[in-house]
Amino acid sequence: MSLTNRETWGLIHGLLLGSFFLLAFGGGLAELYGLRARWETDEGIGGSVRRLTVGFWVMAVAAWLTVITGTWIVYPWYRESLAGADGAGCAGVQIPIPGKCSPKDFLTSNVSGDTSSWHTFGMEWKEHVAWLAPMFATTAAFIVAYYGIKLARQGRVRRLAISLFVLAFSTAAVAGVLGALITKVAPVK
Amino acid sequence: MSTTQTSAETEGGPARIDGPPAASLIAAGIGAVVLGLFVTLAEASTGIKGWLQWNDRVGPLSGKTILAVVAYFAAFLILGLWWRNRTFALKAILLAAVILVALGVLFTFPPIFQAFA
Repeated sequence: MSLTNRETWGLIHGLLLGSFFLLAFGGGLAELYGLRARWETDEGIGGSVRRLTVGFWVMAVAAWLTVITGTWIVYPWYRESLAGADGAGCAGVQIPIPGKCSPKDFLTSNVSGDTSSWHTFGMEWKEHVAWLAPMFATTAAFIVAYYGIKLARQGRVRRLAISLFVLAFSTAAVAGVLGALITKVAPVK
Repeated sequence: MSTTQTSAETEGGPARIDGPPAASLIAAGIGAVVLGLFVTLAEASTGIKGWLQWNDRVGPLSGKTILAVVAYFAAFLILGLWWRNRTFALKAILLAAVILVALGVLFTFPPIFQAFA
């Protein structure tokens, strides 16, 4: 049982960083939703704000690291042009072959069914929309840190931070789900 | 134990937002729009697509994303300093941010930007 260098980076990008962001979302949302002066004591609000501030910044950093590792480390292996203009390197294969048929070559050559949409729609959407998540997450973290305990009494701003946080999660979820499905069809080996 | 409930909280707080958080919101919208703009321009023009290829291994995605991130942080910094002592109507900032983010999301959606190919 072993993992190649490329598979290891794929796991760091998707399973560690990306999944951490998506899984932490529920906790952050619940804490921010519950941050109301009429629901918590002053002491409780202080503790909630400390957890939210640290948690939101950690999530924002995780989102940046996810897109940076994805774009600059894993994506070049996905998009390598190995099979030739006619896709000859992918002829007869069932999955991408390192050095011969990259995942993008494999998907666009349609050698294993109608797979080109996984690239033209799936990967094209994932590789772009993913970069919105860290910007939204950083903005949400900044708003939480800026207002601090005032958020408990400023419902409009709290709802704004929640909306941004949900937007960050939604864009990350689109990228994450598409990434998982594309990896199932055409793994980076 | 304090369980005070202010009238402001009941009403959702003041309908204004301070300058720095307003700047962060608008910056997110600007970052999204810049990303959508370059994604669409790269599709529409092979010259621009080639220019955006700042790294051969990553391809045009390198230029698109670096420009979007630079736009985001530059807007955040510049607007944040410019607006540091101001407050704005929350509705106005929210409307501007929603329009910018919607444009960004729209132009990063393949059926939309690929229509410009």
